[in-house]
Amino acid sequence: MLLSLTGICLIAGAILAGVNEFTAGPIAVAKAAALEEAIKAVAPEFDNKPTEEAYMAVTADGDSLKIYPAKKGGETVGGAVESNTLKGFGGEIKVIVGFDLQGTILNYSVLEHAETPGLGAKMQDWFRMEKGQQSILGRAVPAQGLQVVKDGGDVDAITAATISSRAFLNAVNRAYSAFAGVDGLTSATPSSDNN
Amino acid sequence: MEYILIFIAAVFVNNVVLSQFLGICPFLGVSKKVSTAVGMSAAVTFVLTISTIVTFLVQKYILDAFGLGFMQTISFILIIAALVQMVEIILKKVSPALYQALGVFLPLITTNCCVLGVAILVIQKDYNLLEAIVYAISIAIGFALALIIFAGIREQLAMTHVPEGMKGTPIALITAGLLAMAFMGFSGIV
Amino acid sequence: MSNLKVILNGIITENPTFVLLLGMCPTLGTTSSAINGMSMGLATMFVLICSNIVISAVKNLIPDMVRIPAYIVVIATFVTVVQMCMQAFLPALYATLGLFIPLIVVNCIVLGRAEAFAAKNGVVASACDGIGIGLGFTLALTLLGACRELLGTGKLFNLTLVPEEYGSLIFVLAPGAFIVLGYLVAIVNKLRKA
Repeated sequence: MLLSLTGICLIAGAILAGVNEFTAGPIAVAKAAALEEAIKAVAPEFDNKPTEEAYMAVTADGDSLKIYPAKKGGETVGGAVESNTLKGFGGEIKVIVGFDLQGTILNYSVLEHAETPGLGAKMQDWFRMEKGQQSILGRAVPAQGLQVVKDGGDVDAITAATISSRAFLNAVNRAYSAFAGVDGLTSATPSSDNN
Repeated sequence: MEYILIFIAAVFVNNVVLSQFLGICPFLGVSKKVSTAVGMSAAVTFVLTISTIVTFLVQKYILDAFGLGFMQTISFILIIAALVQMVEIILKKVSPALYQALGVFLPLITTNCCVLGVAILVIQKDYNLLEAIVYAISIAIGFALALIIFAGIREQLAMTHVPEGMKGTPIALITAGLLAMAFMGFSGIV
Repeated sequence: MSNLKVILNGIITENPTFVLLLGMCPTLGTTSSAINGMSMGLATMFVLICSNIVISAVKNLIPDMVRIPAYIVVIATFVTVVQMCMQAFLPALYATLGLFIPLIVVNCIVLGRAEAFAAKNGVVASACDGIGIGLGFTLALTLLGACRELLGTGKLFNLTLVPEEYGSLIFVLAPGAFIVLGYLVAIVNKLRKA
């Protein structure tokens, strides 16, 4: 009785080990491709491998975020920062934000969120639409960070989703603070000694 | 503080039944009477907490250690099934009274997807053991809360006049929908 | 002929969702759009067919005492196969369905059919039962997903039919899942009696 159950488990284990062997490669490739795609979408044009040169940078609030530097012909031209915030309406929001060397926001992409569909979830497109003061693309992040109009800033919040908008901008601001570094933009250009 | 956040989020904001859709079968199946709902809730709390601890330890010290991540689903479900059996046997010996109260619900718990769901979620969320225990207990309380409230409503519902086609499951589902709407009011408080 | 009957039985007379009311968790959890519902249905159908075939083939080798654990292992194996393949080749879909893929293991439909049908019938009949019940489940999930998507966002399979402003968001959210399913079950009940 036990023998047959053990046998079945062993066969199942063997089959799964085989399938695992077969799919482990594609799974890793798919994950890397998704990240690469996101970086490509937000960072300035590059010819290096940002994922291999990624490094951690400290934000103003003491956390550290991952930065993927974008280089062209060996020159750093900007970077993509993987940032997050826990202040979302439905919990954590993960974004990736691309900056050029001046610290201007080039583009962003929401990687993961649990905001309300149809309200907070609109953030994927809202902050890039050229309408009123919605778009954050092409903006430089001011010293106090980007804020929604309600909080005295100049970004239009998503209609009926101020909390989600606030959280999103919080993630963007954190990304900027990591990218710009503690002592201004110069530190965003990492010395070529790899870590 | 962090633990309180996990607790509130799991009980109210992301209620396991009403917003994550786990454990719907017992939610619809054993909610006709408040007394059975209480029994089921107690049994789920019991099993959920123990199974989360065991599966957590198995994941960390066996699956991760030997690179057997692909055996996760199989090992977790077998652990849960075995655990339910063991709890049943131990309960029968140690506390016949408790067994009387929970006995009928125990076999049903193996296929309650919130038990397996929580075991997997804890690993996905990368909790430590203490956080995992707090999370498991909170989920169980959230389940109990939803189930008992729902049973209370259904007891009242049984006495009202429901249109012919809506009798039974349809009206129960719609009631659950309204309850879920009420729980949506909690979102954003964490 | 009788195999066709088995298939039709699964789709209509014993529709797992509307008639037997089994597997409610994925039914409610993954049907925020028609395409999600359909994908979940197909993943479940694959597991159902494979586990039905294997279980009916080896049923005489398994001692009665350990029957259920053995079935669970067979089912869990196929679920993990689906999970890994989906992660490798359809990562976007895997991200949306998420937790509900491993949870196919505890879907009462799969274990229920193994015990009620595959353990008593031959391989071909069991495969047909898997196809029938799987199709019934897929159709139900697609229908539910389509209703919620249309009512909630005015779209159907991502094609905009009605401007989005006319959609009522609540149908895409959790309460909508319960309410739409409630009404669909009521309609099916009515049709079956007629």
